[in-house]
Amino acid sequence: MPFDWPAIRRRVAYVAAFNTVIALLVSLVAQQSFVLTVVQSQCIGLSILTLMELAGWWYGSRGQETSRLSRALVVLACVLSGYALGSVLGSLLTGWSIWQQWGQAPRLSLGVLAVTLFAGVAITAYFMFREQIARTQGEAEAARRLAAETQLRLLQAQLEPHMLFNTLANLRALIAVDPPRAQAMLDHMIAFMRATLNASRSGEHTLADEFARLADYLALMQIRMGDRLRVDLRLPDALRDVRVPAMLLQPLVENAIKHGLEPQIEGGELVVEASVAEGRLCLVVADSGVGWSAVPPATQSFGLQQVRERLRAAYGELAQMTKGDQPAGGARVALSWPQEALPVSLAGACS
Amino acid sequence: MNANMNTQPRAVIAEDEPLLAAALRHELAGLWPELQVQAMVPDGRAAVAAALAHRPDVLFLDIRMPGLSGLDAAQAVLEDWPDDAGLPPLIVFVTAHDQHALAAFEHAAIDYVLKPVEPQRLARTCERLQAALVQRVAQTSAQRSGSVEAALAPLRALLQERLDEAAAPFESTEPLRVLQAGIGNTLHMVPVAEVIYLEAADKYVRVVTANGEHLLRSSLRELLPRLPAGQFWQVHRSTVVRAEAIATVTRSENGKLTLALRGCADKLAVSRLYACRFKAM
Repeated sequence: MPFDWPAIRRRVAYVAAFNTVIALLVSLVAQQSFVLTVVQSQCIGLSILTLMELAGWWYGSRGQETSRLSRALVVLACVLSGYALGSVLGSLLTGWSIWQQWGQAPRLSLGVLAVTLFAGVAITAYFMFREQIARTQGEAEAARRLAAETQLRLLQAQLEPHMLFNTLANLRALIAVDPPRAQAMLDHMIAFMRATLNASRSGEHTLADEFARLADYLALMQIRMGDRLRVDLRLPDALRDVRVPAMLLQPLVENAIKHGLEPQIEGGELVVEASVAEGRLCLVVADSGVGWSAVPPATQSFGLQQVRERLRAAYGELAQMTKGDQPAGGARVALSWPQEALPVSLAGACS
Repeated sequence: MNANMNTQPRAVIAEDEPLLAAALRHELAGLWPELQVQAMVPDGRAAVAAALAHRPDVLFLDIRMPGLSGLDAAQAVLEDWPDDAGLPPLIVFVTAHDQHALAAFEHAAIDYVLKPVEPQRLARTCERLQAALVQRVAQTSAQRSGSVEAALAPLRALLQERLDEAAAPFESTEPLRVLQAGIGNTLHMVPVAEVIYLEAADKYVRVVTANGEHLLRSSLRELLPRLPAGQFWQVHRSTVVRAEAIATVTRSENGKLTLALRGCADKLAVSRLYACRFKAM
């Protein structure tokens, strides 16, 4: 574990300053040499600090969670042993005997010890508290940034310029050749874009809506790919009203077409199916394309990662995602979660 | 040489989306009525076959097609163009929106057309093509080979750029020193220094050494960026040679270059795209 030298230097500075103030007070009260008192005070203070830093590093490098009690005990132990060690060191340097000091001015010495103890605990508590706050803030910041990035990437992926311009190009071509079909295509496109833009806000909708939006997207792709794309959407009536995160399956369908079917000269089939088995709702996206082995791993992961994260955020650990090959060739991704689970809506977090 | 090249220019369109192919043909018919579209093909391989069969004057290639991409198809057409078939076609790439590709095309000074088709821009492209075709007829044969060279340069630039991009992730890693070829239960460790040349064969790469051959389950494109830079030269879209293993380069009467190798009796042909590498110092 690397040492955070700037932070350590900061702490040494604070403690040294504190020690100097204490030394000033003690030397005034006990009417003894300020210089020697300062030496003694720094020895004690810095010994305590050193032991605390070592203890902190020790616990940090083990990564263990420590209970409040054990932390308090460690602080106490550090302060006391630091005091003892520092006193011995101080007396070696100053030539004063610590026992003499205790003998001559017990109340003062006790007072100094008490102040040292108190200061040690207070300063440690202060530093630990600040670190805790910084860490929590850091985590919150990281989470917010991830949410924003995901939102942006979702949007970018769905309004992908290549897709957009290709679709518009086809639309333009259709207007001259088959106006009613052009209008139908435009309707699909409008519905799809509306859903894309809303998905990042509303967070969820019914499976019926989800399949309708997929149908819009696939209708657009079918205009472009002709009979290279054959689509089969299977949604049982009983499952139409199940609520799911909006556009959850979109990246999977896009991947299936882009990586599975488009590269294959004769194209193929795309099947999206919802079913229930053993109390779990199961959503499958399967294609008869080139299969996983043809896609380099780096490209595979982004769409899948996004879906995995959304699944995790909505259903927690109970949700599962598996990917594999179809026996007859092609790829298959299956999502499942307990049928009764309701998705955790992210609407609040996004607005 | 096609005698009626100027009056009846011919084109082949390669576009996988049927509506867009039809639209392009329709627009071209309006802007350049003399242009005869001889074939419309939906993928890269069909494009190469159609180009070699019909020997058009202009070839419109969609850069994203299933199977072979537009760039690869262009390379294949230029490399396989028979010497007795006259000049290779003028190539125009077609793209929807690919910031990256557009930048590359501009950089390489290659002609391209955007989809959806903008009639004005297509008109300008047609004018350029018409001018180039007129020029070709008027040139002497020496000038012609010069203009073919000039036409090859942008494509070469594009291919080099693609190669550089593929090599980027490997810049900070060590180049391969050993190739691992598995056959049955044995793994052959072939030192890169012993490789004479590599040839692409289907989904495999043939590794030829003085002692024999091995097969790697990889593509040449994946392998090339990982080999020590500068030691291996691409002489054809499916052949890469270790420069030090080349003994002589012989030029035949029709300008074709052939390599004779050290340690191997095979002779390798150099495609016109890469011939410029072999010049006397």
